Amino acid sequence: MAHVATLIVLWPLAGFLVVVVNGKWLSERAVGAVATGVVAASFVTSVIAFVLLLSDAHREVTVQLFSWITAGTLQVPAALLVDPLSITMCLFVTGISALIHLYSMGYMKGERDYTKFFLYMNLFVFSMLLLVLANNLVLTFVGWEGVGVCSYWLVSYYFDRDSAASAGKKAFIYNRVGDVGLLIAMFLLFSRLHTLTYLSVFHRAGTLSPTVATLVVLALLLGATGKSAQIPLFNWLPDAMEGPTPVSALIHAATMVTAGVYLLVRMAPVLALSSSGRATIAVVGALTAFVAATIATSQRDIKKVLAFSTVSQIGYMVLAVGAGAYSAAIFLMISHAFFKALLFLGSGSVIHALNGEQDMRKMGGLAKYLPLTFPTFLVGWLTISGIPPFAGFWSKGEVLTNVYLFSKPLWVLGVATAMLTGYYMSRLFVLTFRGTERFRADTHGHDPHESPWVMTAPLVVLAALSVAGGVLDLPWVHRASLAGFLDPTFGFIPNHGHASTLAQVALAGVDVVVAVAGVVAALAIWRSRVTSDRYERPFLERVWRWDDAYDAAIGRPLTAASQFGDDVIEPRVIDGAVAAIAVGVRRSAEGVRKIQSGFLRHYALGIALGLAVIVVYLLARAG
Amino acid sequence: MSVPAAWYLVLGAVLFGIGAFGLLTRRSALIMFMCIELMLNAVTLTFVTFSRTLGDIGGQATVFFVMVVAAAEVTVGLGIVVAVFRRRSSTSVDELSEMKG
Repeated sequence: MAHVATLIVLWPLAGFLVVVVNGKWLSERAVGAVATGVVAASFVTSVIAFVLLLSDAHREVTVQLFSWITAGTLQVPAALLVDPLSITMCLFVTGISALIHLYSMGYMKGERDYTKFFLYMNLFVFSMLLLVLANNLVLTFVGWEGVGVCSYWLVSYYFDRDSAASAGKKAFIYNRVGDVGLLIAMFLLFSRLHTLTYLSVFHRAGTLSPTVATLVVLALLLGATGKSAQIPLFNWLPDAMEGPTPVSALIHAATMVTAGVYLLVRMAPVLALSSSGRATIAVVGALTAFVAATIATSQRDIKKVLAFSTVSQIGYMVLAVGAGAYSAAIFLMISHAFFKALLFLGSGSVIHALNGEQDMRKMGGLAKYLPLTFPTFLVGWLTISGIPPFAGFWSKGEVLTNVYLFSKPLWVLGVATAMLTGYYMSRLFVLTFRGTERFRADTHGHDPHESPWVMTAPLVVLAALSVAGGVLDLPWVHRASLAGFLDPTFGFIPNHGHASTLAQVALAGVDVVVAVAGVVAALAIWRSRVTSDRYERPFLERVWRWDDAYDAAIGRPLTAASQFGDDVIEPRVIDGAVAAIAVGVRRSAEGVRKIQSGFLRHYALGIALGLAVIVVYLLARAG
Repeated sequence: MSVPAAWYLVLGAVLFGIGAFGLLTRRSALIMFMCIELMLNAVTLTFVTFSRTLGDIGGQATVFFVMVVAAAEVTVGLGIVVAVFRRRSSTSVDELSEMKG
């Protein structure tokens, strides 16, 4: 087991190193094949580790690699924790990554920095796996920062575009704010428990006072809001769509942005200590889900819609974590990874077909030109909308059932979000694939072409997973399902009790009704129009003026303060102080130099007077 | 019958005063040198006096050092005075004020 678990992490690192060393003379095909191959190998290794774990009685293996930091009571080993939660994450992270790497080989063909792209992608997968498999918070933090920096590089991939460069910076800075939260949580935990290893933290967590536990939970939440794009730090994610579409699919939809949720789920035993902290998490998640969904209804860029949809779906996951439904959060995370990667890759295929056009007003009627992208996108659309029997219905249903037991108002917000989800996704679908053809200017009059097989094959696989993903965790099966598998990780946490079968069916019925209502409304509205002032509110399109608010509250005061520094402090205070010292030295020197008269007798007199003073002083002291 | 130590000290003080006065009032470099010698010898006289009174040989030993240093100083000093005199035919220190601030 030890070697297998280590290999999961090492494969992508090996790929990264091979490409770093040989990137100059390897062909594009070879670079892509190596990068994709190592991630696929990592997936296979994860499957082996999964099988080995199933045969392990404790369902929990710690793999010690070496001792990394030893300073006083701080012991940080480089060690991996293989348990149901981490191996579940590994399976879907490596699986989705392998598919997206394959897709990238087609999508990035002919790009200027093809090799660099795959370098970053492999490094990203390595960091993500480190984050997931680490057995302590410090090593997780290494992965956490690793994925952050890879995200920065990949968002700014087209760095000669101003918008891409500043989007990368924005993502990085927002993440940095969140990182402070994670660091504070680590400091608090270490100062109270003297350990940062997960299992020891969980073991000793009972000794935390309620106040400290709440502070830790809130600090973790801050970390999660940064990485997982939740209120108040959510608005970097839409800007991150400046990166290439496979990056949006892999990092900003399927994997990295779920790291915050993973962290919260991983710290579940600590979360269990603070009900107020959990309530805060739930409220943040529900609000984010709703706000992002409203914004998604009025976006015109196809990737922006998907980005806000991602924020909204992660809001659901955070809401589930707050409600204590950890396995539901993980279930939604996995099915979301399937269908959101599918939708992003599908949108990438559309963008590819239209020579880079992302504005939905210039699409339409693409269904008959994209024979593989269209049906797979259709599956993705139905899945995210929550139509049974696709995966989204089951996962979102499980989250909402748990939220219903946790808090009715939050459940209402969740259901409203579900309706909005059906609405904005249908709008996107209709504007892109149905209606009149509005793309001729972009394609120079030609028909759009379907993408090569390396791009469509992942679409087909992901569509199949989106269709069938629900079987991972059907509500009436427990032992052989995801929830049953994750039981060793969360089993000890008391639950709110279960909804009766009748209530579950009723709640599922509500989900379906609101989803269908959203879909029907969108079809009715958008079948016959392309833009609408009534249904695309500027307030929503401008992201609830969130960026403007930050600009007014932080950006402009800081700019004004800097300007003040430039106008007043720099010339008056700093330059003034320097000039004053210089002038003072010159003035006093002019006074002092008169003493040096050049007459020897003056000096002699000075010596004599000085001597006299010393003698008088000595006599006075002696007397 | 020996002369009391106080007389020597008074003589030393008088010699030192004359030297100091001359140093401050005369402007010939040569005379000023002689005044300095006078002051040095006044000091050595007091050293010797105290050496005898206190029975400590250290004072007399110091005198040798003073004499050696004074001899060296006069050599260098007279050399400078001669050099200055050759350049400007005068040994008046009041004219040597190029270095004033």
